[in-house]
Formats: sequence, structure tokens, C-alpha cells
Amino acid sequence: MAKELWKGNEAMAEAALRAGVEAYFGYPITPQTELLEYMAREMPKRGRVFLQAESELGAINMLYGAACGGVRCMSSSSSPGISLMTEGLSYIAGTEVPVVLVDIMRGGPGLGNIQPSQGDYFQMTKSLGHGDANALVFAPSSVQEAVDMVYNAFDLAEKYRCVVVILGDGMIGQMMEPVEMPPERPPLTEEQRPDWALRGAKGRPPRILTSLNLTAEGLERANQRIQARLAEIRKNEVRWEEEMTADADLLLVAFGTVGRICKSALRLARQAGYRVGLFRPITVWPFPEQRLHELAGQVRGILVVEMNAGQMLLDVKAAVAGRAPVRFYGRLGGVVPLPDEIAEQVASLAASLPGDGYRPARNGHQGVAPVVASAAVKA
Amino acid sequence: MHEEIIISGFGGQGALFAGQLLAYAGMEEGKHVTWIPSYGPEMRGGTAHCTVVISDDPVGSPLVRHPSAVIALNLPSLDKYEGLVKPRGLLIYNSSLIQRPVYRTDLRVIPVPANDISVEETARVSENGMGDARLANVVTLGTLVQATGIVRLETVEAALRAHLPQRHLRWLEPNLAALRRGALVVAERVVAY
Repeated sequence: MAKELWKGNEAMAEAALRAGVEAYFGYPITPQTELLEYMAREMPKRGRVFLQAESELGAINMLYGAACGGVRCMSSSSSPGISLMTEGLSYIAGTEVPVVLVDIMRGGPGLGNIQPSQGDYFQMTKSLGHGDANALVFAPSSVQEAVDMVYNAFDLAEKYRCVVVILGDGMIGQMMEPVEMPPERPPLTEEQRPDWALRGAKGRPPRILTSLNLTAEGLERANQRIQARLAEIRKNEVRWEEEMTADADLLLVAFGTVGRICKSALRLARQAGYRVGLFRPITVWPFPEQRLHELAGQVRGILVVEMNAGQMLLDVKAAVAGRAPVRFYGRLGGVVPLPDEIAEQVASLAASLPGDGYRPARNGHQGVAPVVASAAVKA
Repeated sequence: MHEEIIISGFGGQGALFAGQLLAYAGMEEGKHVTWIPSYGPEMRGGTAHCTVVISDDPVGSPLVRHPSAVIALNLPSLDKYEGLVKPRGLLIYNSSLIQRPVYRTDLRVIPVPANDISVEETARVSENGMGDARLANVVTLGTLVQATGIVRLETVEAALRAHLPQRHLRWLEPNLAALRRGALVVAERVVAY
């Protein structure tokens, strides 16, 4: 099928439609709104449910209800809206029902602004809500990748009875790129509905879905069941991308849109003679810690770049476990780091490394003096 | 080939649409492309811009600090981007609206009377014989494509045919004419560095 030019938000909506999403609930918020608008236009055309709730609180609890009914359902929002949803997400995780959620992150904290950010990393990977709630979290770095992730998210959510999050940012939501759309799949038939779904109990014993479990032992068993599924996810679903790591003695680590910007930075740094590679986590929960641990044993230094104050940095440090020095470069408040400043940070990292007088491989480049933007944060 | 283009103007001048046409054309010619708009409160009344990257290789960063070419449809855009174009890059500006000279001496500079050309081309088809400036974006796009050869002019014409919104269909021919008039500017002028 031919490629078409798609805007990220609209492409993700179309991908969900093609995956057979039957119900969408949401509330508008920039820079995600085109996703909701697309759903508002297209869902009724296909006889499916689009409902703009009175707020994100309403939307997430409608989603909870639809998920309990065993229908493919999703919502999308941006950072402040996601904060409002976290109570509901914890209930959904506790009830063990599948939902898909797209978070197009924007600058925070608070109302912040509408520019791209990665400030929700902790919230989505570490604190989906209270209790031991956790989601399978994908971080797309291109519109095509976002499309593929959304398309596959429903199957994964149903397989593991969990929340699947597509963690993008304003850049992935707003940019246009060529996309090859996956084929249209029909919605689930009644026979394909999960055997726990609440579809009316006529002629069979009632089923109960709840996150309430008043005995400690009973709730522990429920938690163990949830944790067992999360362990399966850790085993089966970890994904990452590497570029030019084979000969690398320096390593960039970045996710999402910063991951792709780092590809440009990598080219610049390679041209300047630095043997740098890129490690881009595609799942940020579960974090691809094992492979990063291996790579850390091969390189002399690691630079983590994020559009936040250093959130994935903690996962990187845990994975690296002291095998290599880890530096951090972050831009805040919706500022997007550009390739040249990241390349300068690579040079600065190289210049700072102890030992046998490290020099870049080619053209005798001595490295650039450390440049730390005023908004940058050093770990 | 790796070109990074910023198109900038007042909200409503069509900077974003011109960028989309360019991206469509790049994609049709088998290039890797990205298009990313400025988005936010500045889009109403202030300037809006988009960045288009067209490359033989997969595009890393869709945002650039120093574009290889800029189209400035209004004075604030020229003020903002003149200093950022790469040395020996291309600067196209709308001379219908911008009277000041360009200060950079290391750029290829092409002034285009884009509003005037647009008025002429739209007047031909309007019921009352009055033209307007709405095609200034497409005029300058024609200039950019002709001056750089990033994509073929015919591919942009095809993109116009395919992507001009249905409600604007009666403006298709004036758009095509505006595109060609913009391209002609390059041939007509002696362009010096």
C-alpha cells in the first residue's frame, strides 16, 4: 500500500480505528486534540461510540466501564489531563481490564504550556496511579512507529489485561510524516469477547469485576496475579533500537522524539570523529535494562538526553549499575534539544572521561568545551 | 540531498499549507520527509511557521536551528530568520510586504512580489475582477522549487491537484498559475550571491 502523509495525532486515531476500536472517550487538550477530533468525525461513520466527556475524570471512568464490557476502547489526552485520569487508571489496573491510552506530553508542571515535553515519564512508568499499578508503555519516535504501536496495543492490552500507554509528545502529535497504514480489522465479534466481560448474565452465573478486595489475603492474591502478568510483559515485550553501537565507545540514550533527534546528533558527532552509538528504548516500561547493562560494559561513557529534569536517567543508572559514567543533558518546559547542542554534549562527555587521553577517532578533533544551556540540568 | 526549509508568515498567509505541499511532493518523489508546524497561541494574528525536511536519508531531527532555505512571507518572519539561514543558503522574501533590504551578504536572496502576483492571478477568475493576496504562499513555493530543484514543479502541481481542499477547488487553476509565476521569478531575475 502506498504511503500517505499523516499528522501524528490523526494517524494514531486512524490506526486505532483500523485495529477495531469500538469506543473512544476523551476531553480536548492541546497538543493532542486532533486525535479526539478525528475520532469525533470518524467513529460515528463506522457505527462506533465517540463520547466527549465533561472532563478527563468522566472520560477515564467511561473507559473503565467500557473495558469491563469487553469492548476495544481507548482514550487520549495530554499531561494535565492524564493527571486527572490517574485515579481511574489505578482502578482499571486493579480491576484487570484492558484499555489503551495515548499521552501526548506537554510542558509542565501544572498547566505549563503546550510545547513538547517528556515530563510524564515517571507518571506513566512509575506511578500510573496509587497502589502497584503499572502499564505497558511504548514511546514512539516517528509517526509510523506511533501508528504501529497503537494498532498492536489493543491485542497486548487484552492479552495481559492491562493498560497500554503510547507515550508521545507534542512533536509526534503535531508533525506529519509518510505512513503506511495497517489493514482494517473488524471489531470483535460476540464470540471473541473475553470470558470475564460483563455482557449481561442471562442464563449464566454473574461475573464480578472490581478493584475492591477487603481481605488482605484476597487483595494480595489479586496483586500477585497482576504482578505475574507484569512479569510476563517483562519477559516478552521489551523492545529497543540501537544505531551504530557495534564499534561505539560512547553511548547516547534517549527515548521518543529525543531518540530521533539524537540520530541527527549521532551523525554530527560521528563526522567529528566520535565513536558514538545510540540506544533508544522503545518500551520505557518495561525498560530494556539487560541490553543496556551489556552495552554499558563496552562503552567509556553514557549521555542520557531527555526533555525533562532526568527521569529515565534513573532507569539508565540502575541498568548501567556503575559500569560506565552516566551524564545527563535535559531541556525543560517544552524546549526541544537540537542536534548541534547534543553533539556538543557528546564532545564534552568525551573530553571529561578519565584515562588514556581519549581522542576522537578521526581528524584530531579535541572536543568542544562543555556547553550547558541555561535551562539544562546536570545530573 | 538533505534540505531543511522554514516557511513563515502571518497566520492565514498559508505558510503551513505551502510546507505541506512541499512535503507531499517530496514524498511522491520517494524522499524522506517531515513537516512540523509551530503550534500554539502565536498562530492567531502573529506569525506561524513550519519546518520541512526533505532528504535522501531517514530524517532524524524534524526541527532545525539553521535552515538551508527560508521563505519569509512577512517582515516579522524576515526579522526572525534572516540571521538563521545557513551561510550560502537561500532566502526568499515577499517583497510586496517587505520594503527593507536584506542585510546578510552570504545568502542567495530572491525577492518575490508575491502578493502582487497573487492579486493578478486571482483577479482573472474572480467575479468582480478584484484579486487578493491569498496565493502568496504558492507563488513563493514556486520560486523555492525552481531555485533549488528540491522537487520538480510538476510534482508540486500534482500535490496541489490532490490536496487543495474541495471547497477551494475553483482556486485550483489560479494556484497552478501562481506556482508557475513564482517559478518564473527565478528565470527573470539575475540572482547574485
